[in-house]
Amino acid sequence: MIPWLTLVTFTPLAGLVLILPVSGQRVSLIRGLGVLFSFLPVPLSLVILQAHDPQLPGFQLVERVAWIPALGIEYHLGVDGISVPMVLLTALLSALAALASWNITERAKEYWVFYLLLQVGMFGTFVAIDLFVFYIFWEIVLVPMYFLIGIWGGPRRQYAAIKFFLYTLAGSVVMLLGFLALYFASEPHTLSIPALLEQMPRTGRTFQCAVFIALFLGFAVKVPVFPFHTWLPDAHVEAPTPISVILAGVLLKMGTYGIFRLCYPMLPAGAQEFGLLFAVLGTVAIVYAAFVAMAQRDFKKLVAYSSVSHMGFVLLGMAGFTLAGMSGAYFQTFSHGILSGAMFLVVGVLYDRAHTRDLDAFGGLMARMPVYGGLLILFSLGSLGLPGLSGFIAEFFSLLGAWQLRMPFVIVSGIGIVITAAFMLLVFQRVLLGPLNPRWAHLPEIGPREVLTLVPLAVITVALGLMPWLLTEITDPALDAILRASQVPVP
Amino acid sequence: MLILFGRRIGRASGLVAVAASTAAGVIALPLAWRVLDTPEAATLTWSFEWLRWGDQTMRMGVLVDPPAALLLFVVTVTGTLIQVYSTGYMAGHPRYSRFFAYVSLFMAGMLGLVVADNLLLLFVSWEIMGLCSYFLIGFFFEKPSAAAAGLKAFITTRIGDVGLMLGMILLWWTAGTLRFEELAAFMAGHPVATGALTAAALLIFVGTIGKSAQFPLHVWLPDAMEGPTPVSALIHAATMVAAGVYLVARTFMLFQALPVACSAVAWVGGITALMAACIAPAQTDIKRVLAYSTISQLGYMVMALGVGAYAAGLFHLMTHAFFKALLFLGAGAVIHGFHHVQDMRQMGGLRRKMPVTFATMAIATLAIAGVPPLAGFWSKDEILLSAYHASRPLWVLGTVTAGLTAFYMFRLLLMTFFGEQRDKHIHAHESPAVMTIPLVILAVFAALAGLPGSPWMGMWLQRALHVPWLHPHEVEPSRFVMGLSVLVAGAGIGAAALMYGPRPVISPARLAERFAPVHRASLNKFYFDELYLAAVVNPAKRLAAALWRTDQRLVDGAVNGAGLSAWLSAKAQGLFDKWVVDGLVNLAGAIVHAASAVTRRAQTGLVENYMLMAATGVLALAYFTWWNTG
Repeated sequence: MIPWLTLVTFTPLAGLVLILPVSGQRVSLIRGLGVLFSFLPVPLSLVILQAHDPQLPGFQLVERVAWIPALGIEYHLGVDGISVPMVLLTALLSALAALASWNITERAKEYWVFYLLLQVGMFGTFVAIDLFVFYIFWEIVLVPMYFLIGIWGGPRRQYAAIKFFLYTLAGSVVMLLGFLALYFASEPHTLSIPALLEQMPRTGRTFQCAVFIALFLGFAVKVPVFPFHTWLPDAHVEAPTPISVILAGVLLKMGTYGIFRLCYPMLPAGAQEFGLLFAVLGTVAIVYAAFVAMAQRDFKKLVAYSSVSHMGFVLLGMAGFTLAGMSGAYFQTFSHGILSGAMFLVVGVLYDRAHTRDLDAFGGLMARMPVYGGLLILFSLGSLGLPGLSGFIAEFFSLLGAWQLRMPFVIVSGIGIVITAAFMLLVFQRVLLGPLNPRWAHLPEIGPREVLTLVPLAVITVALGLMPWLLTEITDPALDAILRASQVPVP
Repeated sequence: MLILFGRRIGRASGLVAVAASTAAGVIALPLAWRVLDTPEAATLTWSFEWLRWGDQTMRMGVLVDPPAALLLFVVTVTGTLIQVYSTGYMAGHPRYSRFFAYVSLFMAGMLGLVVADNLLLLFVSWEIMGLCSYFLIGFFFEKPSAAAAGLKAFITTRIGDVGLMLGMILLWWTAGTLRFEELAAFMAGHPVATGALTAAALLIFVGTIGKSAQFPLHVWLPDAMEGPTPVSALIHAATMVAAGVYLVARTFMLFQALPVACSAVAWVGGITALMAACIAPAQTDIKRVLAYSTISQLGYMVMALGVGAYAAGLFHLMTHAFFKALLFLGAGAVIHGFHHVQDMRQMGGLRRKMPVTFATMAIATLAIAGVPPLAGFWSKDEILLSAYHASRPLWVLGTVTAGLTAFYMFRLLLMTFFGEQRDKHIHAHESPAVMTIPLVILAVFAALAGLPGSPWMGMWLQRALHVPWLHPHEVEPSRFVMGLSVLVAGAGIGAAALMYGPRPVISPARLAERFAPVHRASLNKFYFDELYLAAVVNPAKRLAAALWRTDQRLVDGAVNGAGLSAWLSAKAQGLFDKWVVDGLVNLAGAIVHAASAVTRRAQTGLVENYMLMAATGVLALAYFTWWNTG
């Protein structure tokens, strides 16, 4: 049997090892290796998709090797319906963002080393089913991210990188405490997720709630849930384009994935106790961040706040405790990965040319760059939830699923939908429409490499919008199991 | 069937678009005829399972029942004619092919909406149309006002869409389905009105208010006239805006069982009809007059459905589509021939220079004014009759509106085509045949489309439109109602002739002075735009700015504050470390040092001293030992 999960996780590491001895002067060789090893996980993740049978319960493609037997810690990997799409998303966005890193020549060797290491951490997080392994991968992500923002970022990169690092580290320390509590509450002591899923729902209500909060804090910083979101706009604005793509497209999803994977099924008492809190936080994020986004002049900051707003739908959908809501929430997780990744690529294309992200400095670019304009419009329409594109399915089912239990919140979040439409259309108007600003009369149209990075995302957005079952058939059995587990009555 | 959805985005030229639209028409018309002509039996359905979660499934499919068939007929005919016209109107524009791509996509959306068998697919098509409408309103996007109008249209209708979406969600949880056929079955089993159903129906109606430009969300439609005129004809007169009416008709199984929802619908429609008819007479832009007229007529249709006149509402939808498309295309021909001037005050006397345009416009004007036996007369009369039986105040609203309609439409006709041309610098000319031929064809429809619904043909259309779940709605014909509506129309025409005819008897300017407040209110569209700007748009912007400041100062401030205090406490600890902890260590060192300085004195290096100390030590030890044991 081939250990596909290990392969996909450590393929980027192999690339890293190959790059290390290469002289830093040979930029094109390094870049070639970097792009190649960022693309290799794509076929591997497709193999995993193929090998995974959504109908079977539990984890599949399991790899299990004893690691620190004295403490009951194992190298334990496995996937189910909610991790397979995340592996796919990571592979796809890493590959596309690698293409978007083409022009990075400054300290290229270090860049690619960090970039590949980042991928190892992301893949590992989504396939680990031992909390020890999970935590290691989770923290591996932080380090390269810190350097990628801090070295290749914008003018305030130091501040943004440190803020990102410390904020998420603070979150993960609390999460680690939660893990330790789980470890000592289990009998025999273990950090294996399947075993904990089995045992933890039987523990006491107070214990579950406390651990739930600890884990949730760790994940909430990552998502980010209001009011823990302020690191995100700074990190996005300073990060180079490909890193913004990874940050919005994958890193944020590690947070929601954690909630799906651990909080809900493992600690049902916490889920039931804090369902209302989820609805409140979700709705506040949807409305509040939409308004804040409307006030932005910096294109990247606007997209960053719109991300915060969109992730609110995940919480609201989960708070509904219906399969439609869970399905919509997960759909939003995936769809937002595609759409926000695409949005940051789109912003990057403009920034590379104009060296500004000030929305009010543009105007009339539709006449100058029609292809670019078309792509920008497509992705913004997707994220404002236009029916026929993936964002609509996600929002609609999140709201549909949340309706019965959380009706007032669903109605209030309608304001957020209108405001989102308003600021997205204002983006078109400020960037694309109106008279052409003469300053940009010679701006070149989007190039073939850039189109290549965007087309797969466009295809996925449309395909999922019309044929949502492509995703829901993979995820729904697993989500159904999570939902059932989260509804277990607790003594 | 799904060939209807053929989408051709890209470098589609006008001819391709026209051909595709004609093809859709060729497929749709026999189909529509079959469904309409054979009562009861022929309703085409086809669907597939779209999404399933747990034990719930959502199906997607098409449903061609008589109302859908009627709309297929209307949409394909007007759509094709308008596209033919556009090949002339848009000739030479640099984004010519993109124009047709948008229009074709729009047609696909509209046809999808018509045949959708459930609310969700209807909603998808609905939004595709909204999107095309946005692009086409802002087609001349170099003009900031056009871009702004597109934005306003999209966001205003978006408010309605959110209502519709919430309505769908509520309906899903109440009735367990979004498919029209299953809804009809559900309603048949639940004849009693419940709060949830009423709320769902009203939320769905919010969608209609947005899309069909009903009071109070009507403000986007007049601005939408920034788009090219064929677009105004197709989207903002004949088809898309009527989609809201169609939505109510599609979900009529809900409304007919819910009296509260029904009367809300009727009153919104009635108020809209009258309000827009009051604004139209003061406008001087030819397209804006028509835009308010459209709002008013849509209000008529909505009111018809509200008073239970299902067939009459759809009937008026059809006749209105023809005569209003004709009016817009005629206005477009005038604008085209008059070098893109839209102000009626500069026109006049054009009937000699544009005879075909004049003749067709005149027919359309007579039709909308409700002059028998043209199309508008029959459908409008049907509605007034139902209103008369349902609610007298609504009937009064409708009748007054009819009079005003006749007045402002004749004002338009007289100002444009009669008298002397007021701006002599413009050399008007008739449009090419590719534009006038669609006008003539539409004029034929505008004249005759009322006949299938007239008593002369035994109300064939009304019977054909019958669907099985519809409650019977019979109204006594009334000569009084009919006579009064003709009289009122005549009065409107007469007043227009007196004021704007070749030899005006009453001066409009004097009249405007006399009733200055009324005139000003009407001229300024009752200040809706100003109200919304002050009450909604600006507060939203201020709120956005305020929340942004909050986010920076409070939320992020807390984070930075935490960071700063951690840094400060680290600094403090550093100081503590340096001065206290390290100080203690140093102090210890210093004490040892000092102690050693003292003890060092003892080390004299003299043997006698050491001996003395040793002896003392031994003595002391001996003493201690003795003391302990003793």
